Amino acid sequence: MPESPIAVAMSGGVDSSTVAAMLVRDGRTVVGMTMQLWNQRRLPELASAEGGAPSGSGRCCSLDDVYDARRVAEQIGIPYYVVNFERQFEEHVVKPFVEEYLAGRTPIPCTLCNNYIKFDRFLEMADSVGAHYMATGHYARVRLDPASGRYQLLRAVDESKDQTYFLFGLTQAQLARTLFPLGELHKPEVRDIARSMRLAVASKGDSQEICFVPNGDYAAFMDAYLKEKGVTVERTSGEIVTTEGRTLGHHEGVHHFTVGQRKGLGIATGEPLYVIATDPASQRVTVGGNDDLQSSRFVAKQVNWISIAGLAPGATVRAQVKIRNKHAAAPATLSGTADADRVEVRFLHPQRAITPGQGAVFYDGEITLGGGWIE
Amino acid sequence: MQHFYFDHNATTPVDPEVLETVVSCLGQVYGNASSIHHFGQAAKQRLEAARRQVATLINASASEIVFTSGGTEANNLAILGLSRASSAAPKHVITCAIEHPAVLSPAKQLGAEGCEITCLRVPSSGIVSPEDIRRALRPETVLVSIMHANNELGTLQPIAEIARIAHQAGAALHVDGVQALGKLPVDVQSLGVDLYSMSGHKLYAPKGVGALYMRKGTRLAPIMYGGHHERDRRPGTENVPGIAAFGAAAELAARCMAEDTERLAMLRDRLENAVLDRIPGTGVNGSRWNRLPNTTNIYFDGIDGEAMVIALDLRGFAVSTGAACSSGALSPSHVLKAIGLSDLRARASMRFSLGRANTAAHVDSLVEAIGASVAHLRRISVHA
Repeated sequence: MPESPIAVAMSGGVDSSTVAAMLVRDGRTVVGMTMQLWNQRRLPELASAEGGAPSGSGRCCSLDDVYDARRVAEQIGIPYYVVNFERQFEEHVVKPFVEEYLAGRTPIPCTLCNNYIKFDRFLEMADSVGAHYMATGHYARVRLDPASGRYQLLRAVDESKDQTYFLFGLTQAQLARTLFPLGELHKPEVRDIARSMRLAVASKGDSQEICFVPNGDYAAFMDAYLKEKGVTVERTSGEIVTTEGRTLGHHEGVHHFTVGQRKGLGIATGEPLYVIATDPASQRVTVGGNDDLQSSRFVAKQVNWISIAGLAPGATVRAQVKIRNKHAAAPATLSGTADADRVEVRFLHPQRAITPGQGAVFYDGEITLGGGWIE
Repeated sequence: MQHFYFDHNATTPVDPEVLETVVSCLGQVYGNASSIHHFGQAAKQRLEAARRQVATLINASASEIVFTSGGTEANNLAILGLSRASSAAPKHVITCAIEHPAVLSPAKQLGAEGCEITCLRVPSSGIVSPEDIRRALRPETVLVSIMHANNELGTLQPIAEIARIAHQAGAALHVDGVQALGKLPVDVQSLGVDLYSMSGHKLYAPKGVGALYMRKGTRLAPIMYGGHHERDRRPGTENVPGIAAFGAAAELAARCMAEDTERLAMLRDRLENAVLDRIPGTGVNGSRWNRLPNTTNIYFDGIDGEAMVIALDLRGFAVSTGAACSSGALSPSHVLKAIGLSDLRARASMRFSLGRANTAAHVDSLVEAIGASVAHLRRISVHA
């Protein structure tokens, strides 16, 4: 083969389709691959109200999306394959997602998917077909820093689309082989390119975040999944208590609640109440006022460093830290601990709803220093 | 890049001679075979000529052939039709774990309708034991459905013996003959089958046409309703160009059978021996005897079959593994798992199925490509 081809992860959406088309336009040899991750017909309880299996596009691995990706591949004249990672996706993404929820944490499956599927299994599949590089439609930038010799992960030029929050787990080896052609572009420019190249998906809507959970209903998904697995969850119903320990009412299962949640408590009180904590051991959901949600310190575990090599025990560095995707990164100090995988984070000002299980990503301006999981 | 086709059990190219029949039929014979006029009669003649050609290939009478839309419909008609025509209650049906989904799914449907289904296990040879069938038979067994040749392994089932056993117990025998037809001589009389499913596109005819052999006297309830075509056994205006092509392909198969069989077996053995000699950690799945001449299923320990299919395709060689699901992704083969392969080895297995256009030179370059792909995949693989 004359030049190492680039494997493009094609979801059938406008972003990854445009990536494939741009690379072809630039004269690169491209192989398109769509990952089949989850069978939407698997949990019949989750079928849409209109009847039948959920099949709307924007859902993970819907046949409509595969159809769209195949059509784009045909249009730009590249070989195209659907690769089956359902087994790995269930093991590395769906199972941990369910387990984390049951353990009272609020997981982010997209990061797990990036770490274990997209930038691991997919990269290996790229290797298999002789492609050294892989490209995706993520909004982020990769740059080799000559001074440190490290690959840096930079925020996207289009701040509103930046996806570095979900990419904090990428290793140097993965970054070395990854192309994010959209990192330098704004979304409207991407649509313009797609339109100018007459891609069939140019005006397709954006996909939702957690692809395998229809309508964002985690509790319904988990109930259906656990039922399919034949797992009977012990009744996790229990008490709803205040921070002072006063019982306000009962709930139907701790996994229906996440820190910061206001709706669905079923309690009428004068002032708004929020979930402060969930405890699967005692099956208690603690609620309180907005002030009770404020906190300025937490520990991040399983930290992955990207743009710097690490933080010695006791060493500190100033950063801006993002504790969920929609959070505006807030100034904080990172301190290295005796355990190299753990970092203590102290915010300059208290932040609302620091939620165990979510990712915490450290930035120095546009540079992603690294990130970990909120303990 | 030149592309070479080694996936003839999936489908075959239309033979030029067969293509001529399709084109002439499509262009000139446009009458409805049910019409009484000149045009209808011309179509009817082509239809009945094809019926005789297909019947001749399997040593049946023309009146025992029902044309269908393909192998899947033939299997559905046989299994659902026979069981539903029987007034016995309770009813019992026997099949086996390496059948094609076009047999397993209608059997499952019968199960949902209250029929008892026994799905026999199959040993690592990929050959069903007639003794297992004898043991599974019950007084209420109405049907035994066993394939003639397995699509993934190529292994041949002892049909004649199974027919004797089934008939002794008063059960009918349906055979899915889709992979066997055209690849080896089929004689429904000496095999003693009651129902035999066939598909045109596996023997160089176009897709969309197949047939069911129904031994005279076999009763089937229809699975579709609409007209009196095919002697009230399968309604719908006949696909005359497709059926005529199937007939031509059947005649061609009879003519080429001896030569094809010998040549393809030689090429298949050349491929198999070269792979086994040169690449360590490989072996043949299922029996190497009692097998279709054109098929081999080989495992390559430590590789991911899906990756290898893609890698070989990018080098210009079309092969297959497992079964494609609706998205086009591959899922692990139920056949390989049924004969006892571990998930890992099932995923590391590939099917090569040869056909008329393949030559020794093609096989040699395929072997080269396999060697290079396996070496590359083993070098990079961390997950296998």
